[in-house]
Amino acid sequence: MKNLGTYAQNTWCPGCGNFAILTAIKAVLNTLNDEGLPLENVVLLSGIGCHAKIADYINLNSFYSLHGRVFPPATGIKIANPNLKVIGHAGDGDAYGEGLEHLIFAAKRNVDMTAIIHNNRVYGLTTGQYTPTSPLGFKGRSTPFGTKEHPINPLELMLASGATFLARGTSHGLELLKKIFKEAILHKGFALVDVLQVCVTYYNMYEYYDKRVYELKDHNPEDYDQALEKIRQWDYNNDSPIALGVLYRKEAPTFEEGFPVSQVKPIERDARLKLLFNEAI
Amino acid sequence: MDEFSVLIGGKAGFGIDKSSLIIASIFNQLGYRLYIYRDYPSLIRGGHTFSIIRSSKQKIASHTNKIDFLLALTQDTVDLHRDKLKDNAILIYDSDSIKQDTLPESGQAIGLALSKIIKEENAPEIMRNVCVIGALCKVAGIAWSSLEVVFKKNFPKIGDMNLKVARRGYDGVKELLNIESLNQKKLPLFTGNEATALGLIKGGLKAYIAYPMTPSSPILHTMANLAENFSLKVIHPENEIAVMLMALGFSYCGQKVAVGTSGGGFCLMTEGLSFSAMAELPVVAIVGQRPGPSTGLPTYSSQTEMHFALNAGHGEFTRFVVAPGDAEEAYYWSQVALNISWKYQIPSIILSDKTLGEGTYSFDESLIREIKEEAPLMWDGKGIYKRYMNTDTGVSPLAFVPNKDAIIKVNSYEHDELGITTEDPGQTQRMQDKRLRKEKRLTEELASYEAVKVYTNDRSSVGMLCWGSNKGVCVELGKKLHLKVIQPVVLSPFPIKQLTDALQSVKLLVVVESNATGQLVRLISRYGIRVQKKILKYDGRPFSLDELEEKLKEFVG
Repeated sequence: MKNLGTYAQNTWCPGCGNFAILTAIKAVLNTLNDEGLPLENVVLLSGIGCHAKIADYINLNSFYSLHGRVFPPATGIKIANPNLKVIGHAGDGDAYGEGLEHLIFAAKRNVDMTAIIHNNRVYGLTTGQYTPTSPLGFKGRSTPFGTKEHPINPLELMLASGATFLARGTSHGLELLKKIFKEAILHKGFALVDVLQVCVTYYNMYEYYDKRVYELKDHNPEDYDQALEKIRQWDYNNDSPIALGVLYRKEAPTFEEGFPVSQVKPIERDARLKLLFNEAI
Repeated sequence: MDEFSVLIGGKAGFGIDKSSLIIASIFNQLGYRLYIYRDYPSLIRGGHTFSIIRSSKQKIASHTNKIDFLLALTQDTVDLHRDKLKDNAILIYDSDSIKQDTLPESGQAIGLALSKIIKEENAPEIMRNVCVIGALCKVAGIAWSSLEVVFKKNFPKIGDMNLKVARRGYDGVKELLNIESLNQKKLPLFTGNEATALGLIKGGLKAYIAYPMTPSSPILHTMANLAENFSLKVIHPENEIAVMLMALGFSYCGQKVAVGTSGGGFCLMTEGLSFSAMAELPVVAIVGQRPGPSTGLPTYSSQTEMHFALNAGHGEFTRFVVAPGDAEEAYYWSQVALNISWKYQIPSIILSDKTLGEGTYSFDESLIREIKEEAPLMWDGKGIYKRYMNTDTGVSPLAFVPNKDAIIKVNSYEHDELGITTEDPGQTQRMQDKRLRKEKRLTEELASYEAVKVYTNDRSSVGMLCWGSNKGVCVELGKKLHLKVIQPVVLSPFPIKQLTDALQSVKLLVVVESNATGQLVRLISRYGIRVQKKILKYDGRPFSLDELEEKLKEFVG
């Protein structure tokens, strides 16, 4: 097993849910490597926020992007070279707030990539403000008297947007995370894993989640209605049971398949340009 | 006639744009040099749209408001443009919709009952335009065969019907003039946008990404049409933020990429532009200027984004900014921009405008310096790969994914040589120095380019200073009035030495700009250069020759 670590000093808080994601993704990439995936074919992207430091902590190709801007460069990379395995890590503020339009379009296009959302439902790096998935009434530093808006259900939104693989995990369930990550990475199409990743400093939900989560059994992820029902069971606001595992899966053509792959040699290119010049006379 | 201008006008949806290209193509068959000015409002149907097609024996890049032939499909065309007619002008008009008593007294007016003709031929309404084109050819003494050649090429599917309707116009009028055929090589007709697209392709472009925005959308359309032919990846994403970031993804994979927009879209691209500089991911951005602030006049022209282009993006970084003045320069500098972006791993901005982008020019490749696609500095494969290796030139050798010997990390945070985030003060300063060091080399390299162009009388003590699309009108007037014309083409890094040399003999410096505050004046004042007179125009319309000549005469006699 390759270590895949770097010399960068890890600055996540002790007990941070990001450690589980880091451990899981390293383990899965090692497994996939053993099964034949060359690690140089992996490109890992991240946005901005605590989650994003994962780009510094994994010794693989990485693209440490801007806040909210993980999926546009991920799309560019995948179209530029469809042989690459593109994995985009993003926070909930990142993916569901600042860059929501990009997430919707990546799902709509069904670009073959994996989105791992470190959803702690709070802004950590900017010291504790509400995010698009914080519950109604959340008291953060920008909303000291509680938010007056409902959270979005990102999985329902992704289902509506055309994502072809949807799953949920938690940072208290390492084995399940590994299983889901592996399936998501192997899925051909846009795969999103919403990880209920706990921020111990600003929004410690370990106990809350531990009481409510359950692993899906006898669930057919290829059944849209079943998937929708399970996705709607918990709306990120109420206290319903929270389903974990693969919620939805579908096969569909992917976006990057639709682009020219052949190369035009400079000599041929110049000859074709000459033809265009003549046609314009 | 050494030169003549045709104005064709009607409503949006009347095929005015296509007509102007057909008229230009017909004169092109006769060996004339062309320039088309297009004026259209921001709507799909109705309003008033017109084009001025200027033909000349000499190469030109500007229009005039002195019209020889007016082709009027609507009453508006007569009412709005009658003042532009020369005394002996010929007006061909639709006698079914234009009132006789509104026609100008001078010149000759020839009526064609367009609605009637269309009905008799059972042709679609839009073909009224080809009927007047037929009449124009006959009046101007142009052989039917010249028209036929152009029509067959432009209407491969419905050529017969178009020819039939055009013939009605041709046969319905008398020959009044004889526009001679010139014995010179025919040239391709390209808009500035097309020339930019072709230049980028010539420069090795692999991907073009853009969100539609006037006046740069035609580059996206051209690229999309050429995608198969040149194996380009052409993408229209959700917005300009995505455009720029997607482009950086291509750049990371080593594929030459460009984006195109106008000022408003470029606003959204600036966070990505700054990222391009920090992560040293090369990208070329075309910014087609139009009047602002904000939505402004979407379909008109201005030169208001010079300082925006020079300063866009947070943080301090090296950038290459160039403002080509015509189609040849657009073609040439697009290639240079790609080369420079990849050689120095910096963002480049090609500053265009609606006048250049949507103006049509006779394109003379023989005037363009040959330029080779340069290979970027690549990693030699030895040792541990450092994406941001600190070198004397500031340029780090490149490796692209996948490379089994290299881990390639790019980062929007300040980073060390391997691309891992750092907040160390020493490293921060060293990396900023490394990136800014590139400007020194780039400035040295630019000394071998014509970064400032000088035209006409070198000894004149009166200088006309212009940039971008005003080149055409200024150079032509410079020749006529014996003025020295100076055009800074590169705006960053600013070629101050070349400009100072060009200004050596100049005592009176007049600047011509299409903006309200004198953006070039402001730029050169940083270097202590003072301008004596400013001619500024900011009504969205480019200078016409006659208009600028009058303004110049106030200063230069």
